[in-house]
Amino acid sequence: MDKIFAAIFTPEFLFSVIRVSTPLILGSMAALICNRGGMLHIAFEGIMLSAAFFGMLTSAVTQSVLLGILGAVAGGLLISLLLGYFNLVLNSDRTLTGIALNTFASAGTVFALYLLVQDKGTSSSLPSLVVPNIDIPLLKDIPVLGTILSGHNALTYAAFLIVFLTYLIIFRTPLGLRIRTVGENPNAAASVGINVLKIRFITLAISAVVASLAGAYMSMGYLSWFSRDMMAGRGFMSIAAQNLGAALPLPSLLASLAFGAVTALANVLQTLNMPSEIIQAMPYVATLIGLGFFGYGAQKSSQKRSKAVLEKARAAEEKA
Amino acid sequence: MNTKNIEKQFQVLRTLLAIGIAIAVAFIIICFISENPLETISEFVLGPLGSKRKIGNIITNLTPMLFVGTGVCLIFSANQTNMAVEGGFFVGAMLASVVSTCVSLPTGLHTALCLLAGGLAGAAACAIPAFLFVRYQAKPVVSSIMVNNMCLYVGLFVINHLIRDPGAGFLASWRFAETSRIEEMIPGTGIHYGILIGIAVLIGGYLYLNKSKAGYEIRTVGRNVDFARYSGIQVNKVITKAQLIGGFLAGMGGAVEVLGMYKRFQYQALTNHGFDGIMIGIMAAYNPKALPLAALFLAYIRVGADCMQRSSDVPVELANIMISVIVIMIVAERFLYKMKHKRIVAAAQKELEGKEAA
Repeated sequence: MDKIFAAIFTPEFLFSVIRVSTPLILGSMAALICNRGGMLHIAFEGIMLSAAFFGMLTSAVTQSVLLGILGAVAGGLLISLLLGYFNLVLNSDRTLTGIALNTFASAGTVFALYLLVQDKGTSSSLPSLVVPNIDIPLLKDIPVLGTILSGHNALTYAAFLIVFLTYLIIFRTPLGLRIRTVGENPNAAASVGINVLKIRFITLAISAVVASLAGAYMSMGYLSWFSRDMMAGRGFMSIAAQNLGAALPLPSLLASLAFGAVTALANVLQTLNMPSEIIQAMPYVATLIGLGFFGYGAQKSSQKRSKAVLEKARAAEEKA
Repeated sequence: MNTKNIEKQFQVLRTLLAIGIAIAVAFIIICFISENPLETISEFVLGPLGSKRKIGNIITNLTPMLFVGTGVCLIFSANQTNMAVEGGFFVGAMLASVVSTCVSLPTGLHTALCLLAGGLAGAAACAIPAFLFVRYQAKPVVSSIMVNNMCLYVGLFVINHLIRDPGAGFLASWRFAETSRIEEMIPGTGIHYGILIGIAVLIGGYLYLNKSKAGYEIRTVGRNVDFARYSGIQVNKVITKAQLIGGFLAGMGGAVEVLGMYKRFQYQALTNHGFDGIMIGIMAAYNPKALPLAALFLAYIRVGADCMQRSSDVPVELANIMISVIVIMIVAERFLYKMKHKRIVAAAQKELEGKEAA
């Protein structure tokens, strides 16, 4: 037990929490944008996987990190716009299309990987690039804080920036207002002259760009290669984190960090020779408990609200 | 011809067209990447019929799909997108392995107990999303995926720590007791008696879902929850029941698969049988009557892709690409909508004319 505590209460542990949380933070922001626009779907897993693959591929072909990230965004947009086309134009069920697109992305990337390198596991034989780590001047010299906060991947800093940007775009711009209006009541939005279809496609596209960065981080930062099914449920965990955060930027960020902390804890315990399987299951169990808590909280608050309304009505009646 | 018939006709037409498009896509991909496209295509199409063994492979591929597919029909008919059948299949296989290796019973009884244990494990897996939905309104879409991953690690823990055979040379359980294994039915093909259990499950599932009062309740809840509640159906109870039975079938499928196909439990990752079940469930429109055809199709292209990979440079993942293209097309409601609309209008006009003339 002492060993575990010794391993957790170190700056390195907190550093790794931020490291493993990055894709979840980006993913939960993508899910948040979709949820606000009434377009929450489950194809994030496929979007991220496709982005991870195309990011790796473009960076290997062009030998440019920036083009690699653009390639990742293109790969993510591809899946997202397919979903948009089938869901919005051809009126298909979003969840079922999402399942099929996830399968499509998983099979398609392995298929293409095999054609490229004759290997179905990883792309490590391709000379793909990674997004550089950034040491923050001044901050990196502060003892504990520097170890925790400095030296992360550029995309990690981008993730925190995007949390702020998401807040700005969704809650402080006319576009965000339109997105939220369409999400809450598409008919009302249409009645005041908003092009609902266009706004929904824009919602999907913005969220796909954010989710693609999570994919790019996985193959060009967290690891320096693409491996099959490398998202390992992170797309779904992001949706859960966003759920837990009630589709608000800051709470969603905190929920993502909490999931990241459990994952980092699992990694630490694994190195200490504890039965790793149970610990690997922990993030998923935490998500399930979180979903239950969220539902419980929502139930309680709606009960409270209806009680308050009842009491108000009763008071008004007594007065009369 | 009335509207309902036209709708039905178009559903069949759409499914067939989706399959046609997927096959065309597959052929185009093959033409692009194979050095010898014609040979590769013929291997893909005719390979599965090439030998007794390969035909056997189709049947053994199809066996677990019948269980999971029937379970999916029940769950999705209640309009619950519970994907925990994937994890249910895995823990079903796991618990059946535990019963097989740790309990000694006479032949027959032992197998039955294994199947029961597997089924209960699968039902438990599907019960978690069901409980979270009924009690806390948490959507099963996300929770069931979490359950899948949880099942994987719980299963691996049991296999790797509690019933692992250190002398096996690789990560695997003890050998299954001979009393519990499901025997080969036709020697030299790998086809085992599990297919008979699968057919029984399929017929049972069809009768339950389409011909019984309980099944009608499930379908009513799936079509219109408010109507179901209004007409006095206990919605939560029906939703839970459908998922428990569906999970039970998936878990039993896992048990049948390991006891019929393997001598030890040796999965180290999720097997994708659950998602296969969902895919064929969608293809069959959640109707067990059409399920065998969908399962046969998927099993056939799986074996075909496998034959193709052995003789050429096209990876086996082509089968999964095809099935996802098919599912995307089938769930697209507006696909062929204009044509259908025209037909319905024409039929209505004809009917009107007929009435006027009379």
